[in-house]
Amino acid sequence: MLSLRVAIPAANTLIPTKTKPKPGLVVQTGWNQTDLFSSLPKRYDYKLQAATTGLTDGRASVEDKEVELPAGLSRELMPKHVAVIMDGNGRWARQRGLPTSAGHEAGVKSLREMVELCCQWGIQVLTVFAFSSENWIRPKVEVNFLLSLFERALESEMESFQRSGIRISVIGDSSKLPASLLSLINKVEETTKNNTRLQLIVAVSYSGKYDVVQACRSIVERAKDGQIQLADIDEGLIEQELETNCTEYPYPDLLIRTSGELRVSNFLLWQLAYTELFFTQELWPDFGKEEFVEALSSYQQRQRRFGGRHS
Amino acid sequence: MAKEVMSGWTRVGNVSRGVSSVIRECIFGVLRVGPIPNHIAFIMDGNRRYDKKQNPGGAAVSGGHDAAFWALVAMVMYCYELGVKYVTAYAFSIDNFKRKSEDVQILMDSMLRKFDLLEKVAIHFAIRVHFAGNLGPFNNEFRVSAMKLMEATAGYSNSLLTICVAYTSRDEILHAIEESCEQKCIDHVREINSDGDHIIKLMDLEKNMYMAVAPDPDIIIRTEGENRLSNFLLWQSCGSHLCSMSVLWPEIELWNLVLAILNFQKHKPYLERKKKEKQV
Repeated sequence: MLSLRVAIPAANTLIPTKTKPKPGLVVQTGWNQTDLFSSLPKRYDYKLQAATTGLTDGRASVEDKEVELPAGLSRELMPKHVAVIMDGNGRWARQRGLPTSAGHEAGVKSLREMVELCCQWGIQVLTVFAFSSENWIRPKVEVNFLLSLFERALESEMESFQRSGIRISVIGDSSKLPASLLSLINKVEETTKNNTRLQLIVAVSYSGKYDVVQACRSIVERAKDGQIQLADIDEGLIEQELETNCTEYPYPDLLIRTSGELRVSNFLLWQLAYTELFFTQELWPDFGKEEFVEALSSYQQRQRRFGGRHS
Repeated sequence: MAKEVMSGWTRVGNVSRGVSSVIRECIFGVLRVGPIPNHIAFIMDGNRRYDKKQNPGGAAVSGGHDAAFWALVAMVMYCYELGVKYVTAYAFSIDNFKRKSEDVQILMDSMLRKFDLLEKVAIHFAIRVHFAGNLGPFNNEFRVSAMKLMEATAGYSNSLLTICVAYTSRDEILHAIEESCEQKCIDHVREINSDGDHIIKLMDLEKNMYMAVAPDPDIIIRTEGENRLSNFLLWQSCGSHLCSMSVLWPEIELWNLVLAILNFQKHKPYLERKKKEKQV
């Protein structure tokens, strides 16, 4: 269903044309915008803009200045964990007569913007569905291409993540990933593990059902080893064994899916029990600040009951 | 109560005969040009608000649950006529036990009163009824009545109505894990199937799910405008078309169902494409 949204290095940073900074809105970023996800060939004729940062040195951490939220959003009601199914890159490219890779590159721009907004608005965890376990059935050439792109992007952005206080975690079935990518993932996770501004969880070769099955296998092994009794198995134990045990907030408050499809497609199955779902017709490369504000606004107006009832 | 029963039977009567029946058959004829879902699941939300609408300023009479029952019967009948073989309804979540005890009692009493009526409807339409969930927390009368209804309809195989009571998806998955773990541990002790690390498979869990009686739902419809699954069919909803509608459950009508199916048919090509990719 999904492919990796990663960038091919190029000279300039892509700035989405529809989300120009509003006058008076303070925008602070923790990384050099010419580094992160900067990679579009000029022939695509996107509006390009060289970006600068406010960093005084490469190691400076992100400024903790409060960022003014768009009108209508409340900081107190901001979700702690947002999950995204980034759908629609291929369709976006086809609509423009471009190759699929162009759609993925444009999708990277959207992801970059979303990461930045999450940092600014106090969202603590962002989980993105980058590569589904079902995507392995795609042509080998395409799969190899995507994995190598992901590897190169991780490598080129590791320093940026570190500077901006972003912690990277990768979840999914790693058994099928190339050794070089696995090694890099471990390195990035280790390097960024103490960062606290935002945790970006990238689901690669992931399926919600697989997550539950592997948790179950862990539990069986622990039971066979005598670490636990069968009677000890409860929802808490399962939660501990799921791959989302890498975060303090494993259950998304809000799930956004783009491109108009109204399904969850085997993403974070157990974790989505009480998650508010937001579906939008926009294709992922077109999902920008405005659309994110709309999703957050919708979320903040909802009454979450968790099976109970408001009196 | 008799008034509500009469009102309910009137609704059912209107469903099953007259001009509305002819019009409905025409509509269904059009729907059948496209793919008909095999399984529709309903999250029946909005009963309480309906009750407040009917009794403004007063105490809850039945919590809207009696009207909810008749709405379910109407939907089951429409689905049956259209050729939808499986219908699942989220009647009572384990989380609902967190509500006020009087609300829980109203719901329990309402459900218990409906078993005989449900049996009549099920037998009339030859629909098998199955209860999915953990019936343990219910009293003996409830459990016995539920078992009796299941036994009375066990012989029907054309259509299945699954009613989820004392159900949450996580509890269902937990139950499946417990069963699977117990089996694998027994196998380990008996040195059967000790084939190394990957001894728990997807099918081990799936065969132990409460919902193993039915295929995954094609559509999940939720009323009252909420957009969440609320711990319902998490495992089974991976490929389900999710449909949220603002109507309150007791007020759901044929056209709501028709629109949901039309929407499903519009999105079906995408799902079919994905299935074909899997087969390549």
